[in-house]
Amino acid sequence: MNTVEIHIKRREKPGAPQHWEIFEIPYRPNLNVISCLLEIRKNPVTKSGQKTTPPSWDMNCLEQVCGICTMVINGRVRQSCSALVDNLDQPIKLEPMTKFPNIRDLVVDRSQMFDHLKRVHAWVELDGTYDLGPGPRMDQEDVMERYAYSRCMTCGCCLEACPQYDEDHYIGPQAIAQVRLFNMHPSGAMDRDERLQGIMGDDGITNCGNAQNCVKACPMNIPLTKAIYEENRETVLYGLLGWLKK
Amino acid sequence: MAGIKIAIVGGGLAGLAAAMKIAEAGHSVDLFSVVPVKRSHSVCAQGGINGAVNTKGEGDSTWEHFDDTVYGGDFLANQPPAKAMCEMAPSIIYLFDRMGVPFSRTNEGLLDFRRFGGTKHHRTAFAGASTGQQLLYALDEHVRRHEVAGKVTKYEGWEMMSLVLDDHQVCRGLVAMNLRSLELKAFPADAVIIASGGPGLIFGKSTNSMVCTGSAVAAAYQQGAKYANGEFIQVHPTSIPGEDKLRLMSESARGEGGRVWVPKNKGDKRSPSSIPESERWYFLEEKYPAYGNLVPRDIATREIFQVCLQGMGVNGENQVYLDLTHIPPETLEQKLGAILEIYEMFVGDDPKRVPMRIFPGVHYSMGGLWVDFDQRTNISGLLAAGECDYSIHGANRLGANSLVSCVYGGFIAAPAAIEWAKNVQRNGSNGIYDQETKRQQELNDKLIKQSGSENQYKLHDEMGKIMTDNVTVIRYNDRLKQTDEKLLELTDRYNHISINDSNLWATMALPHARQLKNMLDLARVITLGALNRNESRGAHYKPDFPNRDDENFLKTTIAEYSGEGPVFSYEPVDISLIPPRKRDYSHEKKETAKA
Repeated sequence: MNTVEIHIKRREKPGAPQHWEIFEIPYRPNLNVISCLLEIRKNPVTKSGQKTTPPSWDMNCLEQVCGICTMVINGRVRQSCSALVDNLDQPIKLEPMTKFPNIRDLVVDRSQMFDHLKRVHAWVELDGTYDLGPGPRMDQEDVMERYAYSRCMTCGCCLEACPQYDEDHYIGPQAIAQVRLFNMHPSGAMDRDERLQGIMGDDGITNCGNAQNCVKACPMNIPLTKAIYEENRETVLYGLLGWLKK
Repeated sequence: MAGIKIAIVGGGLAGLAAAMKIAEAGHSVDLFSVVPVKRSHSVCAQGGINGAVNTKGEGDSTWEHFDDTVYGGDFLANQPPAKAMCEMAPSIIYLFDRMGVPFSRTNEGLLDFRRFGGTKHHRTAFAGASTGQQLLYALDEHVRRHEVAGKVTKYEGWEMMSLVLDDHQVCRGLVAMNLRSLELKAFPADAVIIASGGPGLIFGKSTNSMVCTGSAVAAAYQQGAKYANGEFIQVHPTSIPGEDKLRLMSESARGEGGRVWVPKNKGDKRSPSSIPESERWYFLEEKYPAYGNLVPRDIATREIFQVCLQGMGVNGENQVYLDLTHIPPETLEQKLGAILEIYEMFVGDDPKRVPMRIFPGVHYSMGGLWVDFDQRTNISGLLAAGECDYSIHGANRLGANSLVSCVYGGFIAAPAAIEWAKNVQRNGSNGIYDQETKRQQELNDKLIKQSGSENQYKLHDEMGKIMTDNVTVIRYNDRLKQTDEKLLELTDRYNHISINDSNLWATMALPHARQLKNMLDLARVITLGALNRNESRGAHYKPDFPNRDDENFLKTTIAEYSGEGPVFSYEPVDISLIPPRKRDYSHEKKETAKA
């Protein structure tokens, strides 16, 4: 194969209609989707020879650790930097994620994910950043479990794949997994209740439909369903305890 | 002192560290970042963060860390700030530990430490092999907490275009551009801290992220900020060559026992596993018995480069083996999992079973904005921290010193900025904000209107190629001169680019065009700085001047902007604590007496 055919779902600006454009670039070994897009933007001409605007997309680390370049590639949500052309069926179809406001072409606005992190108090409350010596001792096994959750790069794959997540109806797996991350920490656990309250509202954890798509879509292999299970248990206990105290 | 507002440019480790300290002190922060801060380049740091905690019974000390840093940097670093950083390092690690960073642990549940290049001590704390990601997230979380409390306002998706200077050349804020609407807006501030990271994209492909253009720094340079030691560019010995970038393969792979080798027989076509031990050339271990595979990066890079130049690379190509296959897979999974995944994802081989094929790649700039020992630039009210400043690392940075220097820089810059802001005279600012915004608007309008035949991305490719060919591992004066001529040609052709996007909403074209001009200016600083320095020191190596020349070049290069190109001067290095001595990694380092 001497060329790579790429179909891109374009949108000029928010609210404008979407349409497909077809591009073709020369094949080289070891191309990833980002390299294709870089090639297209140098000289944005469609396969049929029509001059067009260069597509816009987000990219940064290109090592699948910043999460920014996430898009839907051949129907599957993933990072475009780690999507290798040699492993993809052609034509390669690129679409923006659908669960977030589409800014232009393949660019979406995922700021709602960061807002969710605010709501669940996704941090350890410190007395201050001055020198107070080391933190609590921890078992390496507990560290490994926390490490798995701590690798979440807020890319949004889990939310794109989740049948329940749609704007504001369900807070979604990423925030719940961050609750797990901080509730497992000895000092973090001291603010457990605030975090649980963050996932107990109308759009909270009980809206999970147990489709288990999130855990399959997660590029970092984060045990999202385990987090949902554990936090569900915690919220039930917390709710029960609150009721008994009344 | 209510009402102090500090603007911070960059949301990586240094910028977030400063933001956290300023907010904690009760002041306001405007935080500008091209990407959402959680997606900053700091996430790419892998191996760990240095701090001499001495929990391994090795007699490590902060002085020893300091000596390793200065010796590794070939004595070009000013010593007092390097010493201060090493002294702060253990408390920085402990702070991150309290923040909940999942650092790897020992059997007793204490922090574990691994070895890294340029030291004989286990001094590097690590969270798997994604330490930068973990540290950045911890700061991101805490800055978010201050955001909720109303102390920090984030401007994500805004890029700094220029500083706003008043009639007395005092920095009074900045002009930034919204990367969706292209709106230009002035943001007044009592002080500005630039923490915008490195300029790797000047070299086209590097281990850096796509935001690492050095553009904000170049803008400050154009407005009078001094740029120091630009010629010192670290080329990391082990990266994975790719079509779009060079992906980093962490030094921690060697810290955990990885060995670099090539077949002894030139062009040996056998698979690596079928080449017996006796027919492998472990050239780093052979030449540097004391440090082996953990020599500092500049040395490992030159050796790998030379081996490949001699045609001894694997399959005659520019690649050598980095071999982990002798280490138990469970150990690798636990200590290096994240980086091995990256290799497997992009190359297709499992490094636990097949030796990796690697080659040096541009990685880090030791040079950057000139700052004093309190992170203040020569422009009053402008500070800098992190990779974008030149302090600490001298002529070569030791592995795992970057994370600690970023946080240190942020922690020093924050109180220094507050101190300045408390005393600043707020006058001479009539109309300066409108004026600077208008100047930036005119630059944008000109680019948008012009319709030349040059292609900005092709110019970027050409710049990257010649910089990589001539201004990295091995430097010759004639080629450096040719490079500068080429850069001048590219600068001229830049005036004939067309931005090639009729849809200006959320376009990538205009921001790239603005960055490209800035990169060209910094490229000249790097190239001419290298041309002027006729010696070899750390990462700067000239075969025609193979030795370090303390008599003539134990001095910091300073570049200042002028319309005709950079103007160079020099200033002495503060070597008040450790007298310079020859670097020799084939032998154990001689202990220095404590000052």
